Amino acid sequence: MGMTMTQKIIAAHGGRESVKAGELIRVDLDFVLGNDVTAPVAINEFQKAGFDSIFSKEKIAFVMDHFTPAKDINSATLVKKSKEFAEKYGIVNFFDVGKVGVEHALLPEQGLVGPGEIIIGADSHTCTYGALGAFSTGVGSTDMAAGMYSGQAWFKVPSAIKFELVGKPNPFVSGKDVILTIIGMIGVEGARYKSMEFMGEGLKYLSMDDRLCMANMAIEAGGKNGIFEVDEVTLKYVEGRVNRPFKYYKADEDAEYDEVYTIDLSKIEPTVAFPHLPENTRPVSEAGDVPIHQVVIGSCTNGRLEDLRAAAIVLKGRKVADGVRCIVIPATQEIYKNALEEGLLSIFLEAGCAISAPTCGPCLGGHMGIMADGERAVATTNRNFVGRMGHTGSEVYLASPAVAAASAVAGKVAEPKDIGMTDMENFRY
Amino acid sequence: MKAKGTVFKYGDNVDTDVIIPARYLNITDMNELSAHCMEDIDKEFRGKVQQGDIMVAGNNFGCGSSREHAPATIKASGISCVIANSFARIFYRNSINIGLAIIECPEAVAAISAGDVVSVDFIKGEIVDETTGQTFKADPFPPFLQDIIDKGGLLKAIK
Repeated sequence: MGMTMTQKIIAAHGGRESVKAGELIRVDLDFVLGNDVTAPVAINEFQKAGFDSIFSKEKIAFVMDHFTPAKDINSATLVKKSKEFAEKYGIVNFFDVGKVGVEHALLPEQGLVGPGEIIIGADSHTCTYGALGAFSTGVGSTDMAAGMYSGQAWFKVPSAIKFELVGKPNPFVSGKDVILTIIGMIGVEGARYKSMEFMGEGLKYLSMDDRLCMANMAIEAGGKNGIFEVDEVTLKYVEGRVNRPFKYYKADEDAEYDEVYTIDLSKIEPTVAFPHLPENTRPVSEAGDVPIHQVVIGSCTNGRLEDLRAAAIVLKGRKVADGVRCIVIPATQEIYKNALEEGLLSIFLEAGCAISAPTCGPCLGGHMGIMADGERAVATTNRNFVGRMGHTGSEVYLASPAVAAASAVAGKVAEPKDIGMTDMENFRY
Repeated sequence: MKAKGTVFKYGDNVDTDVIIPARYLNITDMNELSAHCMEDIDKEFRGKVQQGDIMVAGNNFGCGSSREHAPATIKASGISCVIANSFARIFYRNSINIGLAIIECPEAVAAISAGDVVSVDFIKGEIVDETTGQTFKADPFPPFLQDIIDKGGLLKAIK
């Protein structure tokens, strides 16, 4: 019986010819990640267990992105604790303000994760790196501590759902609309414990930023991981970034899947997920009249350069509606610099947006844009749970950067055509 | 290994943001942090919960963030066991790793009501609703996971 992409990577890292769904297996890790919220907990567990060594100085990253630039004394203390540990053990990849970016934008950008590798991170959106053809998944701090010490982790080999992508997406339709549509289709536990494997001829129309966004949200369908077949787009992206040998895998022809879906990208519309679950999706055209108070464009889901470009195309020459706060958060320093050089930041400033240093910030209700009771946001983030961006009486509507920007201009949930834009290709910033 | 306590019952998709809101994740003391456990979904939980009490919930319990603070604060609140139709995978993993008892048993979830007194025998895999007298059988953990549980968590198991 054949194996899926994920199963092949797990077998290769477990010293096995083949594996079957449901087996428990110990694998070697290529990379272990933690952030300012989860690394300190892992450090506590590491110390309590009496460990005194790490498996690699190069293959661990501490990314101080959640409550940074430190929002208060407690948060500063978490960063300090992480920094002291990193210094003590010689962890090379310690990222603090000035170097830091939102972890799941930063690691692929810096080439720290690559195709065919196994990465665990004490952050649920670690599944993002599946966009590069890696097996990458979120774990807790105790698993992170065990990984830092031993360089290994145990896994139950997942079964998979196959998504065969066909067709070409329409203008103003991005990876975010595709993944929201899929989550709406299969539900927030539709892929629970499973791999979501993406392949098909439609793949060539999805950029790396689209794919990173889609793999990022596999967890919102309950998935263990999301993974994309490696193609020319992937290889071009990793060229010059991943400076070490890597091996990537295609699924076998006779690989077994629990379900197979064909997704016609040409049929997907700009999509929004209503509160309070990512599965509550509908086309923006059916959203009705939903006035908003805030827009957030950023996060590990949609804070990359193409996301900012899409928002800039919509915001150029327009103004954020009265009574709406529009907060733009470039996800990394490199993205920030590129956005500056391309003139995107001027467009945002002229439109009346605020621009933040890279941070997870408001996505998880941390800081830099917390909402009061009764307030509503359209956000390019990944979760719209009760209280996610502030008060339990506030609401988050998840959407793409183009939809978020159009909503900022309209003052309500809207797509670009609602503000007079009919064909994205005719618009340039 | 046994547990016995009064039931707190919740619905489907209880996420880790409502179990322990991110705005408190800069608190490192687990007892201080657990004062906010379930605050965004059940404001009365903390005032009512007694050592040994049991949480019962629907599908996909613990979905969302990987924060280990979620199972850790449930445990620190005094909850002895969470029974659900199903658990989100990171929460499941974290619970095993830190030693919070969890059981998947849809039959028990369907029958047990909030406020019932329930006892759990982990060795026999038996759940008894002492209020109604009903008994339910849960599947045992695979030996690999039982070994982690028996050794007192992941880090003790790999040493």
